Amino acid sequence: MDTRTVLNVAPLPESAFGSRTLTWWGTIAFMSLEGMGFALAVGAYLYLRVLQTKWPMNVPPPDLLPGTLVTIILLISAVPNYFLERWARAYDLAKVRIGIVAMTLLGIAPLIVRAFEFPALRERWDGDAYGSVSWFLLGLHTTHLITDVGDTIVLAVLMFTRHSENPRRFSDVTDNAAYWYFVVLSWLPIYFVLYWLPRIG
Amino acid sequence: MSAAAEPLRDTDIGEPELEARLVDIWKTPRGFFGWLSSVDHKQIALRYIATAFFFMTLAGIGAIFMRLQLATPDAHIVGPDRYDQLFTMHGSTMMFLFAVPVMQAFGVYLVPLMIGTRNVAFPRLNAFGYWLYLFGGLFLWFCFASNNGPDVGWFDYTPLGLTPYNVGHRADFWAQMITYTEVSGLVIAVEIVVTVFKMRAPGMSLDRIPIFVWASLVTAFMVLFAMPAVMVCSTMLILDREVNTHFFDVALGGDNLLFQHLFWFFGHPEVYFIFIPATGFVSAIVPVFARRRMFGHTAIVLSLIATGFLSFGLWVHHMFVTGLPRLGDSFFTASSMAIAVPTGVQIFCWIATLWAGRPRFATPLLFVLGFIFNFVIGGLTGVMVASVPLDTQVHDTFFVVAHLHYVLIGGSVFPLIAAVYYWFPKVTGRMLSETLGKWNFWIAFIGFNVAFFPMHILGLEGMPRRIYTYSADMPWAGLNLLSTIGAIVFAFSFVLLLWNMVRSGLRGAPAGPNPWDADSLEWATASPPPPQNFTRIPVVTSLLPLWTERKTIPAVAGLRADRREVLLSTLTEAEPDVREPSPEPSIWPIFAAIAVGITFLWSIYTPWAVIYGAIPIAVTLTGWFWPKGSKEDERWTHAPS
Amino acid sequence: MKGFAAGFVCLALTLPACSSVQSALAPEGDTARAILQLFLLFMVVCTAVFVVVMAFLLLALVRRRATPGEPVLRPDPIEERRMAWIVGGGVAATVIILTIFTFASFLTNKSFAEPRPHGLTIKVTSHQWWWQVNYESRDASQTFETANEIHIPVGQPVKLDFESPDVIHSFWVPNLAGKQDLIPGRYTTLTVKADRPGIYRGQCAEYCGIQHAHMAIYVVAQNQSDFGRWRAQQVKSAKAPSNAALRHGQQVFQSSPCAMCHTISGTNAGGQVGPDLTHFGSRMTIAAGTMRNSMGNLTGWIADPQRMKPYTRMPAVALTGPDLIAVSRYLESLK
Repeated sequence: MDTRTVLNVAPLPESAFGSRTLTWWGTIAFMSLEGMGFALAVGAYLYLRVLQTKWPMNVPPPDLLPGTLVTIILLISAVPNYFLERWARAYDLAKVRIGIVAMTLLGIAPLIVRAFEFPALRERWDGDAYGSVSWFLLGLHTTHLITDVGDTIVLAVLMFTRHSENPRRFSDVTDNAAYWYFVVLSWLPIYFVLYWLPRIG
Repeated sequence: MSAAAEPLRDTDIGEPELEARLVDIWKTPRGFFGWLSSVDHKQIALRYIATAFFFMTLAGIGAIFMRLQLATPDAHIVGPDRYDQLFTMHGSTMMFLFAVPVMQAFGVYLVPLMIGTRNVAFPRLNAFGYWLYLFGGLFLWFCFASNNGPDVGWFDYTPLGLTPYNVGHRADFWAQMITYTEVSGLVIAVEIVVTVFKMRAPGMSLDRIPIFVWASLVTAFMVLFAMPAVMVCSTMLILDREVNTHFFDVALGGDNLLFQHLFWFFGHPEVYFIFIPATGFVSAIVPVFARRRMFGHTAIVLSLIATGFLSFGLWVHHMFVTGLPRLGDSFFTASSMAIAVPTGVQIFCWIATLWAGRPRFATPLLFVLGFIFNFVIGGLTGVMVASVPLDTQVHDTFFVVAHLHYVLIGGSVFPLIAAVYYWFPKVTGRMLSETLGKWNFWIAFIGFNVAFFPMHILGLEGMPRRIYTYSADMPWAGLNLLSTIGAIVFAFSFVLLLWNMVRSGLRGAPAGPNPWDADSLEWATASPPPPQNFTRIPVVTSLLPLWTERKTIPAVAGLRADRREVLLSTLTEAEPDVREPSPEPSIWPIFAAIAVGITFLWSIYTPWAVIYGAIPIAVTLTGWFWPKGSKEDERWTHAPS
Repeated sequence: MKGFAAGFVCLALTLPACSSVQSALAPEGDTARAILQLFLLFMVVCTAVFVVVMAFLLLALVRRRATPGEPVLRPDPIEERRMAWIVGGGVAATVIILTIFTFASFLTNKSFAEPRPHGLTIKVTSHQWWWQVNYESRDASQTFETANEIHIPVGQPVKLDFESPDVIHSFWVPNLAGKQDLIPGRYTTLTVKADRPGIYRGQCAEYCGIQHAHMAIYVVAQNQSDFGRWRAQQVKSAKAPSNAALRHGQQVFQSSPCAMCHTISGTNAGGQVGPDLTHFGSRMTIAAGTMRNSMGNLTGWIADPQRMKPYTRMPAVALTGPDLIAVSRYLESLK
């Protein structure tokens, strides 16, 4: 059908931040489905717990040190993450470069400590259902940690190349920062379930 | 490309040149690699639809073999092992490889056109999802062809699905196919949500969004929250089978009902992934063939949303005979009954629209009428199985088989065929034959009812599901034979459909942009739509754009004419907000799908595959997201705002 | 009244031949009867709803209309409001009907799902692909085991306690009651009460593997004296062979692999893998209802179990012709 022009959108910007962008909404959508996955895994954990009289079934509760250390590192990492997001919105390339390298290191650090969390559970994945579901929960979060750190590393490299001159990169950095918050926040209930529920109930 | 080059806008050139340039920018490159790298939502959607119908045909042929085996007592057409593979493949294929993908794919094709944009939000992700779906489906059927098909039912309850109780890796193949198709389903869901939220044409506020788009949106949200459940339980199944975890191992703290809860938490919403888009088709077709706006538009939209929410609260009705506490069961009876209310609202509104309209009895409307007839039956038997006492008799019998086919075929495939007749002219530029269409309808309608109605009686007369044969002492032979005859007639109706599509695709009457005089935006552009969908993005001034603006459509100017660009708008009022570059064709999605596909397949045989496979996956994903310095990524030409 | 109801349902469903074997439409137990009555309520109301909705649809399609003036009709506000009332009425009617259905279901469920005082408890254990039946008793000498056939006294509730060591099965005897799953690791139960003597066929109703189709069970309801007689006979050890041929048959049984899987109490055969055969001769069927219990079927079954029930767990035992006949005769003698 023939058209008649009523609106000129040439003055509109070509990039933006947050909920004005497609990638932000895409990130939120992925957070939703992954958050649902976490919720269901926690649900499965609680379901199996309720069926048992003794929980953990055959071993003492997990050793608190590695898990608490990871929690502390993740919580601390939220601070540079916040600043990185602000700097990215201001298109401050120099500061963004510092920030993204810092976030890379702060992403790798918990991964190293995370490796010690698995044996700290004191039960193997094939030992009993408690071991299986605990490894499952921890493994799910670890996968998210690894993929987000991977994403951060790629972005960090990009910010040191010519591609950093494109405003879209800064938007990518803010989306990555948003996803990091999700990785940190989603850890907290899992930390509570894995380490404190066996001590309380 | 220098930063000083002036961008070319569509206001700088005349209409014919604009059209030619946009076609050139948005078309998929020629050749085999071009075809592999396509990110055009229309092409990808048509691939999904063609592949889905191909799988439907395979599963349908499987069903005919099952019906031949059951037509007479103690038959020897198919032995028990093959029969068990057949019903597992039939259910799994129809649910995971046909019904859900085809409904989502119609969304992928139609939603951008209906909301007045040029592509989906994440075109490369769209391509990736398709390749993964294709690989997963082909993989499953190769397993079946080599006599290694899963044989534990389409929902593979534990312990039957665990290693001691079945042969080889069959159940792993099933579980891994789930993983492929659920990633693909999730990918489409993410796209639809973001596309509908952010890419609507200016002026398409919430109250002006077509019902089919709402249906796709509600479905997408449901997929986001339900698919993870099947991901969790199929992963737990593979882990139990391959690395000795104990999620479902009763001896070491596991529980078999955990599997059922997780599966059905997904499984019940899943049938609504299939049904809600089907109601979207009906809501698109009825007003056009009643020649008036839909009665109760807002009520229908609210009903869709309500159905989406409610569908998450029903799942235990699949577990009424597992010995759960009675009071809990009764809650789920109430919730299962409750969902009939929003569905009823939709049916009443459709009938009211027809009542106050002037029905035009073309083939799309015939299939919609067949749908109403069949679906009301299916819905009423659904209300019966929602009742715990009734369900204790008919659960796991042919009564349930009848119910599920009435709602899935009657309630979803009939609207799907209506959608094919309705949108075929838009997709191909040619009309399907009305004469063949009427034959198609009546043969399908009669064949379907003759095939499935007797099953209600068979179930009440004691015939359980999933049995490969029965003795002549049982009184089931007559109705089984009748059902088989009906199934063959029904299958023949698809031959007619295919024949109609092939013949009309080659020699049908040319359709023009709007052969049905319909109201929504997809009918404003040519048939088939050009690669860019719209040479100028429309501006929407009402719920029924093409019935309100009958001479010319208001449109947007100022977009780029030298690169792919789409227009983003605000969430509720759809005010134009950002001019967004849109990704060009790319070969990385198929590479990534191959890497992911191989990793999934390999992981059946060793858990280390996940580690090794992570490397090619990381490489391909990095290649995918690495900016190319192409037009979409050029340096900013002005200071950031 | 109840016969009429069943007949109405049969008629309504236009059955070509209304059989009562394994049928939910021919209740012989109180639970099945309550369910059928509820079903009749649903059938009547749902049929009425269907007719009304289709009538509206049909009328909507055929009613006369004014000649078309425009390509698209403009809705008339008065008609729209009237239709809104009717649609609203339809929705209200839907809610009322569904509420009635929900309460009726709840009440029916309540009436038989609560634990009832029962006379007899029978333990049923499902296997791939047969039913183990244990009659327990506080007096150890009164316990016995049989397979694929349950005898119950009429007129009193009998509690069935379920267990499954392998996969999920489902116990379903539609003439008597709805089905109940047997789930490994979980305890489930079903109480049945037969109204009158009869033989009621049932079948496993949860896909449990390759021979799910051949896992039938028979519930034989008997009056008190017949049941008592049956029970007294079952408690006894196996009938000793009364002639040389039967003795030879017993020997063949005990010295061949049969004894490794099957038990015949009072002999050396104590296998726990397959069904207890102590009173095999008194049972109606072989291989969980796959075929009638007769000499011919039995010899065929023992010679080649895979032929009648492919993939069954029972292996073929190599016996000579005369030995096969001897052991079959012996088993048939175990009444």
